[in-house]
Amino acid sequence: MMLRDPYTEGAAKGWKLVDAATLQADREDEADVVIVGSGAGGGISAEILARSGLRVIVVEEGPLRSTADFKMREADAYPQLYQESAARKTADKAINILQGRCVGGSTTVNWTSSFRTPPATLEFWQKRFGLADYSPNALLPWFEMVERRLSISAWFAAPNTNNEILRAGASKLGIETQVMRRNVNGCWNIGYCGVGCPTNAKQSMLVTTLPAALELGATIYHRLRAERLILAGDRVTALDCVAMEPKGVHPGAVRVRLKARHFVLAGGAIGSPALLLRSAAPDPSGLLGKRTFLHPTVISSALMDFPVNGHDGAPQTLYSDHFLDDRPVDGPLGYKLEVPPLHPVLFSTTLQGFGPAHAELMTQFPSAQVLLALLRDGFHEQSRGGTVRLRDDGTPVLDYPLDETIWDGVRRALLTMAEIQFAAGAKKVYAVHEECAGWQSWATAKEGIARLPMKPLTMRVVSAHVMGGCAMGAEPGQSVVGPRGRHHQLGNLSVADGSLFPTSIGANPQQSVYGIVARNASDLATTLTGKPAAALA
Amino acid sequence: MITRRTFIKTGIAGATLLALAAAFQRPLDRAGKQALVAGNPLDASLATVVRAVAPVILQGAFPAGEPQRALARERIARDVATAVSALGAGAQQEVAELFALLAFAPTRIAVAGVATAWDQAGASEIEAFLRSWQHSRVDLLKSGYQALHDLVLGAWYADPQNWGAIGYPGPPSLGR
Repeated sequence: MMLRDPYTEGAAKGWKLVDAATLQADREDEADVVIVGSGAGGGISAEILARSGLRVIVVEEGPLRSTADFKMREADAYPQLYQESAARKTADKAINILQGRCVGGSTTVNWTSSFRTPPATLEFWQKRFGLADYSPNALLPWFEMVERRLSISAWFAAPNTNNEILRAGASKLGIETQVMRRNVNGCWNIGYCGVGCPTNAKQSMLVTTLPAALELGATIYHRLRAERLILAGDRVTALDCVAMEPKGVHPGAVRVRLKARHFVLAGGAIGSPALLLRSAAPDPSGLLGKRTFLHPTVISSALMDFPVNGHDGAPQTLYSDHFLDDRPVDGPLGYKLEVPPLHPVLFSTTLQGFGPAHAELMTQFPSAQVLLALLRDGFHEQSRGGTVRLRDDGTPVLDYPLDETIWDGVRRALLTMAEIQFAAGAKKVYAVHEECAGWQSWATAKEGIARLPMKPLTMRVVSAHVMGGCAMGAEPGQSVVGPRGRHHQLGNLSVADGSLFPTSIGANPQQSVYGIVARNASDLATTLTGKPAAALA
Repeated sequence: MITRRTFIKTGIAGATLLALAAAFQRPLDRAGKQALVAGNPLDASLATVVRAVAPVILQGAFPAGEPQRALARERIARDVATAVSALGAGAQQEVAELFALLAFAPTRIAVAGVATAWDQAGASEIEAFLRSWQHSRVDLLKSGYQALHDLVLGAWYADPQNWGAIGYPGPPSLGR
């Protein structure tokens, strides 16, 4: 079967795709709106603004890779599609961060899990940050619009065994699980979402909104790094960019200057604050790059006595919110339970230890089952997240201290996951922790987890959700941007990505970005054109 | 320009600073780090260290007999170098410092506690080094261990040659 590659076809039709790494000379370009970043926020903004009749340029630091490039191999995918080759880390190296860096951003590599922003989160935002029109009802039409556009619906095919074990173990303990909603259309159920969907089934920005914008004449510059906004008083006059070298690690020599009436930042919750910091943007609230949240995630690995083959089948199809819903949102940290896909590099590097013990575990790869617990950070009084700062070369790094509030949640989450895995018949359970050699029963696990030392770089913590750093809010003294993502001080600048969120989401954030940005971008289109905004296709 | 003599001087001074800084969890002295990396460039340092530590990290998966062992050593050193070249610029710099610190004899002895040259060191000496960093009280050393862990295991299991041993069939054919 021949799979169509929208970008091969689009290039033939004259889509304006510029690989900055191949430019031979400096250049200038101009549009009505320049969007920095082509992920969830950039993609939705691009389609709405282009449909509303505005000329759009999208800047993406990563490369353009599409259907034919997606070989389902980690060795190709991580260097090409992920920030820092999927090895991005917090300043003390204690948290590994998975984030996309390619056309489509994280939507090209995420696992398709889609959730409307939980009501408890929105209620907290309304009360605490003055975001009065962030009620579930006010956002409903926008969530529905992106659900139609991106084919988001509940996944009713049979879960793979890895997910089924979550359901089986949880139900024995009276813990409810739910069916995941996914942004897929004609999914082949093969399980390689994380390395670029090879069948165009995942409705990422790469195959939906970006092609729509390109079809309407938008330009995408890829392998182009947005370096600095040029400011004049309360206006942004231009964006200075530098072409990346072909390998994508170091900036090259060619420079591109982009001018526009309006600038939209959608470079992710590390990239967007970093661009504002590099540009010396006004920050009277002192909150720029602060309160960055991660859903710190911990891992429990089990060995079953039957094949699990966690690489096979849609990666995330069941989840449990039991340990979020059973407590106040600002109480001790709650956690969402999910399951990750298992692939050799991700699995082998995540498992602690080395030598014969590690090799032995690897030979049992087909019987491995893994649970994740994602901690809901940013609500508890003491959960203040991290801070984005700049290295000497201007690249960003996130400093995220792991404190007692987190460790308390981590220990409870490890207990929950081990209990579920043993209830589902696990022969052995391993907390992913440098000092854990595994347990053979729930009783020994319970005792062992109680004693595990909770320290950075000993307890392994990962994240795939970066949020905050340009928090929105009603009061300029307590936020970076307003409720529509408009910068409080810079009149022609908006933020349109996960950095808007004043707390974490408490669920995989892609649909929160889609829905909230759809409303904000529509508001922006109306402001810029004086006419009602066009809807997503 | 750094002459050999000034390099050796700053190199040794840098090494001492690194050892002290590591011991006290201080930020490392920039001049010392630069001299260390200048004198122990990434390609050679990485190859020296990875050829020695990879068979220990991968013990149980690594081939036992020659010539497969020697071939596997070269292959993993090459694949780790490829993986490092794709890291972010900041991480590449830090990895270059890590391999320089491990390759340079005075810091190898002072910070890693490996008395023998890498190509002569026995598996038990290398294992003791890895364990001491894995469980170190110093975050910098723990993160150094984790970098070695992730680079070596990631490069090994990225290689389709090593999938059969773990029962991973590889990605499905899409018939194209």
